[in-house]
Amino acid sequence: MKFIKYLLVGILFGIVLTKSEAVSWYRIYEMFQFQSFHMFGIIMTAIVVGVIGIQIYKRNNVIGLDGKPIQIADKEKGFKNYIIGGTIFGLGWGMIGTCPGPIFILIGAGFYGIGIVLLGALIGTFLYGLLKDNLPH
Amino acid sequence: MYSFYGTWPWYISGFLIGAVMLLLIYFGKTFGMSSNLRTLCSISGAGKFSDFFRFDWKAQRWNLVVVLGAMIGGFIAVHYLSDGSGVNLNPATVAQLNEMNIDAPHGNLLPELFTSKETIFTPKIFGFLLFGGLLVGFGSRYAGGCTSGHAITGMSNLQLPSLIAVIGFFVGGLIAAHFLLPLIF
Repeated sequence: MKFIKYLLVGILFGIVLTKSEAVSWYRIYEMFQFQSFHMFGIIMTAIVVGVIGIQIYKRNNVIGLDGKPIQIADKEKGFKNYIIGGTIFGLGWGMIGTCPGPIFILIGAGFYGIGIVLLGALIGTFLYGLLKDNLPH
Repeated sequence: MYSFYGTWPWYISGFLIGAVMLLLIYFGKTFGMSSNLRTLCSISGAGKFSDFFRFDWKAQRWNLVVVLGAMIGGFIAVHYLSDGSGVNLNPATVAQLNEMNIDAPHGNLLPELFTSKETIFTPKIFGFLLFGGLLVGFGSRYAGGCTSGHAITGMSNLQLPSLIAVIGFFVGGLIAAHFLLPLIF
């Protein structure tokens, strides 16, 4: 039953993203038009809560559930992969209004058409695996 | 002003998303949804074509369980926690959608155009959804993460690479929302 906690966290995540409407194509469109504070407020609040929480973890050497001190790996240094990959991701995000989490949440919620987006995302991931050694990083 | 069955306010939503990330870190894991796409490719046998997919995906099973939970959460939220009063957009946004012939929300999370059986199998919409998904999948792996991994986790951990990626997310998103969508629709 060690997986039950992940299932519960996932359920919370799915409910919050749906009820906040962060899974909504409309909300993402509205955000990129700067016509609502809603999405910016969500992202900024999550980051503020995250920064405070991680600082508490680090400064108090909090022990995680696995009995080890909490450690968060730094992201690898780089520039090109982050800016180019990020922009490609953003183009898709701005078009279909769903990032990877919401793709799964929406399918679970019964929007089976988003299965087409999932198929595309799997193909895109696969293509990256094929091409990665030829891409600037 | 706010109803539990309507749109949850941004400060409660943001707080809970931050809490989800902190919980996963407490469990010794990292919050990141797009990694699951790589895992699903590996399970489907993509390792035959690229060593990028030959990794110990079984160590990622916990993340698939998070995804399964997220799908259940989406189901619960739509079927039991919604009264159809949500997605109240800025009227200016609705007017712009109208110009592109994209239907207004009327309480729905997604336009009918992207969900109804009559439209999603037309070449245009099918291609739009597939290609948009392809960009999301390709871009998130190229950048090493998506909104959850970079915008929430990486930014919270004050990572410069994540800031660069998030700038990319917004550059791409702004181009898509201001130039591509009006061109397509």
